[in-house]
Amino acid sequence: MISKEEVEKIAGLARLELTAEEIEKMQKDLSGILDYFDLLKKAPKIKIEKHDLKNPIIARKDEVVSSHDLAEGLIAGFPDKKDNYIKVKTIL
Amino acid sequence: MDLTELTIKQAHEGLKNGDFTSVDLTKAYLENIKKSDLNAFITVTEESALKQATEADKQIATGKFGMLCGIPCAIKDNILIKDVKCTAASKILENYVAPYNATVIEKLKAEGAVFLGKANLDDNAMGGSGENSAFGATKNPNDKTRVAGGSSSGPAASVAGNEACYSLGSDTGGSIRLPASFCGVVGLKPTYGAVSRYGLAAFGSSLDQIGPIAKNVEDAKIIFEVISGKDSKDATTSDNKFDERTMSLKGVKIGVPKEYFVAGIDPEVKKIITGAIEKAKEKGAEIVEISLPSVEFALACYYIIAPCEASANLARLDGVRYGLSEPGKDLLDVYLKSKGHGFGAEVKRRIMLGTYALSSGYYDAYYKKAQEVREFVKQDFAKAFREIDLIFCPVSPAPAFKIGEKTDDPLAMYLVDVYTVSVNIAGIPGLSLPAGKTESGLPVGLQIIGNHFEENKILAIAEEMEKLLT
Repeated sequence: MISKEEVEKIAGLARLELTAEEIEKMQKDLSGILDYFDLLKKAPKIKIEKHDLKNPIIARKDEVVSSHDLAEGLIAGFPDKKDNYIKVKTIL
Repeated sequence: MDLTELTIKQAHEGLKNGDFTSVDLTKAYLENIKKSDLNAFITVTEESALKQATEADKQIATGKFGMLCGIPCAIKDNILIKDVKCTAASKILENYVAPYNATVIEKLKAEGAVFLGKANLDDNAMGGSGENSAFGATKNPNDKTRVAGGSSSGPAASVAGNEACYSLGSDTGGSIRLPASFCGVVGLKPTYGAVSRYGLAAFGSSLDQIGPIAKNVEDAKIIFEVISGKDSKDATTSDNKFDERTMSLKGVKIGVPKEYFVAGIDPEVKKIITGAIEKAKEKGAEIVEISLPSVEFALACYYIIAPCEASANLARLDGVRYGLSEPGKDLLDVYLKSKGHGFGAEVKRRIMLGTYALSSGYYDAYYKKAQEVREFVKQDFAKAFREIDLIFCPVSPAPAFKIGEKTDDPLAMYLVDVYTVSVNIAGIPGLSLPAGKTESGLPVGLQIIGNHFEENKILAIAEEMEKLLT
């Protein structure tokens, strides 16, 4: 079974706060699911083809498009702001 | 006449003949929603719906109007409608108001659609039952003790329960087809790239696709035609034009993959699906047994790729830019608490799975291996479609289960998706068509799968099958 420390490490990487009960349940749930993934060891080895050059990725034209009409709505959604800037807690 | 039982086409005719107005139609649906205990909606936009209906009626009076003009619909609550809350059924977005319209909404608006409200789903579209919603499970209109299926639980239940004429859902691993099958309505998951994802809350970006849920195949086709097409705001969209066609079953080669009928399938589901295949055969379709050996690995592949993409996509909900923001002593603390308090258990599980699979030391064993298997699945389907036109199989191994039956066992819940995920992995289209009911009255869906951008074949044959099955 996946250890408590391992769950805590992954939660830290994901910036996710988990309660003690959640960690315990996560150990059990993740272990069951990861065991199921062992099935993939039986899958045949497949070579992934490089992108087909007959169908090149079509990039859009490099043009300036205004998205200013969006700004007001996005700013309105900031949980904390000063003028038009997002306000965050001090980092250092 | 009960207005809420009409299909899009029938309602359109009624509007055209002046039998009733869009306002009448809209009020009839709003009345049903108010009386209902299905919990199909998170937000009901009564006021704006009636305004849109009044506008539609003006358009209808001019005599020049499209099929969807004045027809009331429900939109899954992970698709943005400007100035309306978009919660994704998650606590973290409980009070989030959409600052813009999704492309599909712009397209429906241009047709004069009426939006009744935002339909329920699993938290961030993660789940097979609808039970992961932060706003409670949606009940199945066929049996209210059972789930509606997920993640588009509200979109499917609202159409089946006459609370919307049609709806839009999204499908990452079966989220349109599964609830459509459980509720007994038609659901189409289009080819990846057929419909713009702009304005859809991202879950698994290489798998997500928006599609219609409707009362019949013709309606699904009408909606698909409107919402599909290239969009400069979604670089993965294709300029493939939908080319409607009619086909008879005679001479159509239908592949039946033997891997979908093995142990684990409910005997009643098996009987209904094989019965439907038999009917196609009687009408002259050529039934070919095929093998898709990748099917065995598809579910494991999906439950690595989707959580990996989700763990990256959901990093945006950090308590800083939008959504729930919990106070903390420093920035890291804000992140930890906002995510910890805002996401439901299943979303946390997938973020953890994805982060684990992508972390140093495990990447090769999980993510890289899953990408290899993805290629295997794609090649498998490509090979099959060289010999056949369409694939017929079940949508799910069993009909709708009891609310609460699988909530403590995440793996058992994942296994519900075993017949649907391959389609998303390969990026091909699939449709769920009501094929019959079990003895206890639970609907069972026939899944019709086609090759890339062959929605026209799927819809044409589904229309033929619909005549045989109803």
